[in-house]
Amino acid sequence: MLNEPKNYKENVKAFQPKIPYVRNCLKAFLFGGMICLIGQFIQTFYMHFFDYSRREAGDPTVATLILISALMTGFGVYDKIARFAGAGSIVPVTGFANSITSAAIEHRNEGVVLGIATNLFSLAGAVIVFGVVSAAILGIIRLFLEQVF
Amino acid sequence: MSRLRKQTWRYDHPIYLAATGTAVGPLEGQGPLARHFDKVYGSLDCGEKDWINAERTLMRRAISFCLAKAGKQEGDIDLFIAGDLIDQSETSNFIARENRIPFLDMFGACSASMETLATAAQMVDSGVADNVLCAVSSHNATAERQFRYPTEYGGPLIPTQTFTVTGAGAAVVTKDPGKVRVKEATIGRVIDWGIDDPNNLGTAMAPAAADTIWTHFQDTGRSPADYDMIVTGDLSSVGSPILKQLLSEKGLDISNVHYDSGLMLYSPEQPVNAGGSGCACSAVVTYGYLFKKLAEGSLRRILVVATGALLKNTTTKQKDTIPCIAHGVVLESAKEGKEGT
Repeated sequence: MLNEPKNYKENVKAFQPKIPYVRNCLKAFLFGGMICLIGQFIQTFYMHFFDYSRREAGDPTVATLILISALMTGFGVYDKIARFAGAGSIVPVTGFANSITSAAIEHRNEGVVLGIATNLFSLAGAVIVFGVVSAAILGIIRLFLEQVF
Repeated sequence: MSRLRKQTWRYDHPIYLAATGTAVGPLEGQGPLARHFDKVYGSLDCGEKDWINAERTLMRRAISFCLAKAGKQEGDIDLFIAGDLIDQSETSNFIARENRIPFLDMFGACSASMETLATAAQMVDSGVADNVLCAVSSHNATAERQFRYPTEYGGPLIPTQTFTVTGAGAAVVTKDPGKVRVKEATIGRVIDWGIDDPNNLGTAMAPAAADTIWTHFQDTGRSPADYDMIVTGDLSSVGSPILKQLLSEKGLDISNVHYDSGLMLYSPEQPVNAGGSGCACSAVVTYGYLFKKLAEGSLRRILVVATGALLKNTTTKQKDTIPCIAHGVVLESAKEGKEGT
């Protein structure tokens, strides 16, 4: 019986479309991997032509990926790729750039300060907060471990 | 107006839709109903500088087509009733600022299309107005911004999620004899059966639609066979089977006559996930396609049940469930010899 308000949420599950988890994971793996592969090409390019060390080449590589992602967001392409790629295009740094750029575009008509600047991190803010907090916690743990050993 | 039991209004006078007007966006203009719309915009911005203004343009155009077809000026209209999905009914209020007709704003989420029509007909029936203009609009990008993410944000594809229709529909309601008659309206109750997923509104709204349809048949004493079509607003491919199951458990079989606006508006290949949604979904299907079919007499009597999820983007984050509503309006063809009882 579906006509039981209390059990509706449970009973209606039989009517829900199946989420293709395996296919989604596979697509995310392939697309995410492809973005990383492009990143690797860029890193090698910087090492080869600009005389950076492997470590130094990391920063311009990330900056280049962010620039590409921001441009693709602006041209309205990134969200179409993301609909297909799923987590594959959300997790890498390009997804972070997309969340910031899309927020900036969205709130552009509310002004530079209260529109763009205020809303820039409306989606990405969570990433920054958890990034900073977890880095701080890990830093403290490392400090203690160094004292002990 | 006479009332049938508690929830159904039967208008005492013959009330007619004098004319309707519709304007839609690009994706709707590529769907199977495209030729029934008055204006199809080739781009989502409708020639405006931002989405908000694009939605206003849609409503403005739908109204101007509607008034032109009805042969009326803004000054001939006694009352304007409108609704949309943006906070504080922004589109409706700002359009009312332009046309300066006495104005009532209505929020019923996606049920606003039939909420405004039922109220407009009642206003005409009671005599407080001779000509009432009702209009609703929704825009994919303004709704995304209001309820989900920035337009260009690359969120994942969720199979139960619906796609907000870009468009607007308007109608002039009057006592002057026309081709389509507004016969009755069943006003829905708010139903909440505990669904809290904002990406699954079809499942959340199906019980509200079932409640209104069930009540409608109880109140009028009719059966689904008395209708050529029962058209829901935006239950999508997820909510529609649930609605049929809910009603069939109560002994009401609507499977032969049930259609969903969100599924009629697009072809299966179009990228709209579970189907279309939004105020404009039921409005453009009703005022565009169904109105024509009723006017030419190929449909005799239909029940349009517009469904609305009355959530805010913050309420689901606060772990609250989604209250839903559905309003039904009976439309009949006024063509000779085909009028119903």
